[in-house]
Amino acid sequence: MSAYIPNITFAVLFFVLVGLFTRNVRRIVRNIKLGTSTNRSDQPKKRWLHMARVALGQSKMVRKPLSGALHVIVYVGFVVINIELLEIILDGFLGTHRIFAPFLGGVYDVLIFTFEIFAALVLICVFFFWTRRNVVRIKRFWKPEMKGWPKWDADIILYAEVVLMGLFLTMNASDYWLQTVAQDSHYVQAGSFPISQFLLPLFDGMTAQQVIAIERTTWWLHISGILLFLNYLYYSKHLHIILAFPNTYFAKLSPQGELSNMEAVTNEVKLMLDPEVDPYAAPATDAVPTTFGAADVTDLNWVQLMNAYSCTECGRCTDECPANQTGKLLSPRKIMMDTRDRLTEVGSSLNKGEDPNQNTLLDNYISREEIWACTSCNACVEACPIAIDPLSIIMEMRRYLVMEQSAAPNELNVMMTNVENNGAPWPFNQQDRIAWREELNT
Amino acid sequence: MASTTNIPTMSELAAQGKQPEVLFWVGCAGSFDERAKKITKAFVKLLIKADVSFAVLGPEESCTGDPAKRAGNEFLFQMQAMTNIEVLNGYEVKKIVTACPHCFNTLKNEYPGLGGSYEVVHHTQFLKQLLHEGKLKVKGGSFKGKRITFHDPCYLGRANNEYEAPRAVLSKLESELIEMKSCKAKGLCCGAGGAQMFKDAEPGNKEVNIERTEQALATKPDIIAAGCPFCNTMMTDGVKNKEQESKVAVMDIAELLEQAQDL
Repeated sequence: MSAYIPNITFAVLFFVLVGLFTRNVRRIVRNIKLGTSTNRSDQPKKRWLHMARVALGQSKMVRKPLSGALHVIVYVGFVVINIELLEIILDGFLGTHRIFAPFLGGVYDVLIFTFEIFAALVLICVFFFWTRRNVVRIKRFWKPEMKGWPKWDADIILYAEVVLMGLFLTMNASDYWLQTVAQDSHYVQAGSFPISQFLLPLFDGMTAQQVIAIERTTWWLHISGILLFLNYLYYSKHLHIILAFPNTYFAKLSPQGELSNMEAVTNEVKLMLDPEVDPYAAPATDAVPTTFGAADVTDLNWVQLMNAYSCTECGRCTDECPANQTGKLLSPRKIMMDTRDRLTEVGSSLNKGEDPNQNTLLDNYISREEIWACTSCNACVEACPIAIDPLSIIMEMRRYLVMEQSAAPNELNVMMTNVENNGAPWPFNQQDRIAWREELNT
Repeated sequence: MASTTNIPTMSELAAQGKQPEVLFWVGCAGSFDERAKKITKAFVKLLIKADVSFAVLGPEESCTGDPAKRAGNEFLFQMQAMTNIEVLNGYEVKKIVTACPHCFNTLKNEYPGLGGSYEVVHHTQFLKQLLHEGKLKVKGGSFKGKRITFHDPCYLGRANNEYEAPRAVLSKLESELIEMKSCKAKGLCCGAGGAQMFKDAEPGNKEVNIERTEQALATKPDIIAAGCPFCNTMMTDGVKNKEQESKVAVMDIAELLEQAQDL
């Protein structure tokens, strides 16, 4: 029986940590569903292509060549090395060692070779990422919204990757030593170790028992680390490794300049303009939504909420924002981070059975000054590598401020009054619209 | 055939039982703003020169509602939109050309959902087509060898993915087109969009139009070309702020083409 202790320990570890991850995923899905409905099931072919190009193909990521290339390597490395994860998990459950080796033969060597190369490349890229963030101190990583947890989060992810890759390579090195130097029968001769072979001198003078201990420890720490990191995602900006895919699939496909027409308003306006409507008719119960625009996360649609969970805080949006570039308070990244933070707050209130309406996204998280600084230029939308749309959230908040609170800046009220009375944003006489025609001949 | 003395309105044509091929949507800036009116006149001269069958709405035209929509007033936007759509559909308009990217975007993308579906083109796209068909020809000369930089309007470029048409027209001038540090999809806004034109900017350390003008001036241009009346205003103000107005002109694509035509 005691021979099965490692298998049982592994099964418990695996199911507890995967179970916790599943609970977190359910919470995220529940929170996203707090958003209002919007139909994004149209044009599936175009959507798959968009996802394939932008998420899978990283097409927008590489618009910045250096960070794009570094990211592509880490991304491919992550995907490739996770193939190895399948073997590790099976070994854990079955108590086997390198279970795929006998079946794959020479292919197995190629696989391990590839994993090692990528592990080394990931380490190099992570070093560059860390340097860009902490030594070069690229401006977008040091904006005010990046203070505290977001800064920590970014660094923790990099450190975690170093630790995991380090464990993976040490594990392989000790395995290789046991295969070749100790010729331990449990350690089948399998794999090709282009990187970890250089770590062999670490084990000089050690006994086989000691190296087995190192191999086992690194094996366990590596898989535990991965399962723990899986659970870290929930608290981190790193969720993008999953959400980038649905985020690009469900993205807006119409021209960026198109701002949705509010259906509830259309119905109202049609009634106002229709001479045959009965003004005393009882309104349909579902005719008007509870609020126009958005004051809180529950007024936003589910795609906007998913956007917030997908944001990796890279700051490319904020870098391109004309308001931010000229020192205004607005930062599109902060809009997304605030939306996520507020949604997390609402979610944890719901978990505890408390009233989530103590705060609102508008005013408690996002100030009116930020909302009014936007030029709606779409630079943030264009810049996002995974098709997040901060502009749509800003616009929903303006709608709330204007239609629910009549709280537009005074100059805009003047402009709107002019449009209403004169059909132009300036107070000119409508009959003078064609004055240029007379001027053309003088 | 239209001449500068008899530019028809839709209602005047309708009274004669006629219909033009294309409606020129002038827009509020093009109708009322002194600077933008010059763009309107230049474009109209080009339309006449190319013998285009067109008309304007005149007093029947009203704000598309774009600034109201971007300011958050969806009610006012849809009131404007539905009133305009009633007029446009009443005249059975099929094709619209406009020199304002904001009108262009709204008419093209936001009116169809409210019952107004038309073929909508920006004037730079229309001019490109006229040049392509040989209806307009550039004699060249007046802008030959001049350094021109083009400021992409957000609502033509990023909003509607049209970067090429204005550049295609400019290329006919035999001038030297120099791109700014950020151009096309990465073009920096002039600062006027999203109803900012009508209000003061929020506190910051610079005006957006100054930042953009600095980028434009860094190309050492003779002319900053624009394709939007609001961008035109912002860039003109920026150039004045930098006291460069005697050296650098801010001109719309239509004005450049019209002057090259020597009309």
